[in-house]
Amino acid sequence: MKARDIAMLTLDVIAGVAVLIALYMALVWVPDAANLISPDEKVAQHIFYLHMGMNVDAGLGFLVTLIGSVLYLLTRRRIWDMIAVSSAELGVVFATAVLATGSLWARPTWNTWWTWDPRLTTAAIVWLIYIAYLMLRGALEGAEQRARFSAVYGIFAFLSVPLTFMSIRWWRTIHPTVFSGSNPGAQGGFSLGPHIRLTLFVSMIAFALMYAALMAHRVRLEQDAQAVQELKEQLL
Amino acid sequence: MSESGRVTARARTDNSPHEWNAQTTRVSPAKSYLRKVLAITWKDVISELRTREIFSAMFVFALLCVFIFQFAFDLQAENTRVLVPGVLWVTIVFSGVLGLNRSFVLEADKGCLDGLLLAPVDRSAIYFGKMLGNLIFMSVVELIILPLFMILFNLPLWHPGILVVIFLGTLGFSAVGTLFSAMAVNTRTREIMLPILLFPVILPVLIAGVRMTGGFLDGTALAEMQNWARLLVGFDIIFLAIALMTFDYVVEE
Repeated sequence: MKARDIAMLTLDVIAGVAVLIALYMALVWVPDAANLISPDEKVAQHIFYLHMGMNVDAGLGFLVTLIGSVLYLLTRRRIWDMIAVSSAELGVVFATAVLATGSLWARPTWNTWWTWDPRLTTAAIVWLIYIAYLMLRGALEGAEQRARFSAVYGIFAFLSVPLTFMSIRWWRTIHPTVFSGSNPGAQGGFSLGPHIRLTLFVSMIAFALMYAALMAHRVRLEQDAQAVQELKEQLL
Repeated sequence: MSESGRVTARARTDNSPHEWNAQTTRVSPAKSYLRKVLAITWKDVISELRTREIFSAMFVFALLCVFIFQFAFDLQAENTRVLVPGVLWVTIVFSGVLGLNRSFVLEADKGCLDGLLLAPVDRSAIYFGKMLGNLIFMSVVELIILPLFMILFNLPLWHPGILVVIFLGTLGFSAVGTLFSAMAVNTRTREIMLPILLFPVILPVLIAGVRMTGGFLDGTALAEMQNWARLLVGFDIIFLAIALMTFDYVVEE
């Protein structure tokens, strides 16, 4: 346990420093994007780096939930369920942040808080699916059954995402009047300058580290909760 | 085949599969599996024919949906072509969830599911049986509301393409829905849980269904909607397979 404490503390410090560096680079160091004109857009553009970083975390979170779910069903070891739920919670937190920061960026850039763009819509649906995942967990009584059911749902949740994205993209492209061409650079068509690329890279690494650090704490919390539960059962 | 002959054939299924295979020449394993699936479906159909609980609720609910949409959107001749595919699919999905909920609530109520699980059949046969039952209930409701939609909105909905799309959509819906229904009955909130679990996952079915129904109404060629057709069939195959693989985990005790 001692070695684990040290490892976790080290990870915390590294992740904390990395996030601070990423914040500094994204908000102060990196120059404004050259292709933007209005001052509002220039300020808002700095959100992009953090937005992408948190996007990585949300994706990681849901992917790890899938892996934990599959491994739980195969091995039936509680630790995989703990990893799955911890990761799903973190994924939902970061997905919420991604939606919020995206909205903040969209207001000055697209002149609206929200559009029914395929990416945005898919992100919102994914967010809803994992909220449903957490609600399912909350509504189940036995620990073993909760682990089993949510593992099954975790698999369905992840596998439905590509189909949802495809269907929403086609749904949009068939409607040419609603949303075409007013999406500057969102498809990755613009070339990134060296500063921008470096900041983006650092931000993604920093947030991935933050995810790892938070996961370590969240899984340990789950393990402690189980230990407390077992002690309670012994006493009663 | 005499009645006694059938009974012995059924009794043999309890023996080891090896012996059973050697003794029965008339019933192949695939046929006997199919018979088990149909027996479970038949059980649901009979109990439904006696009570008419699920069907009447789904049907009346579907009717109410139509009226609510009518008042909400003021469906007129000039906008029905655009709006009715959506209205139709939302009606199907909402009334379908109502039926799916009952599907396993009835089983859970008096320990019926435990009885079903004790039966000497493969778990996947139980899944297929229940899924088929749900598919039948939903299809019957759809076959009644579809002409109704035609009358009320004056649209040529009785199109072979639309019928196939509705069938494929309902198949995907009940494939996922049957599994989730088995999970939802075990939650504290029971019925409330199912739509929350189900709707975000079956969204591709809904979108593809609405698009293709609208496309057929507008006379779009199937070749132009190939991606939707593929998505629908792909969804059905993928999720039927995953539901089959995971159903064991949901009903084990």
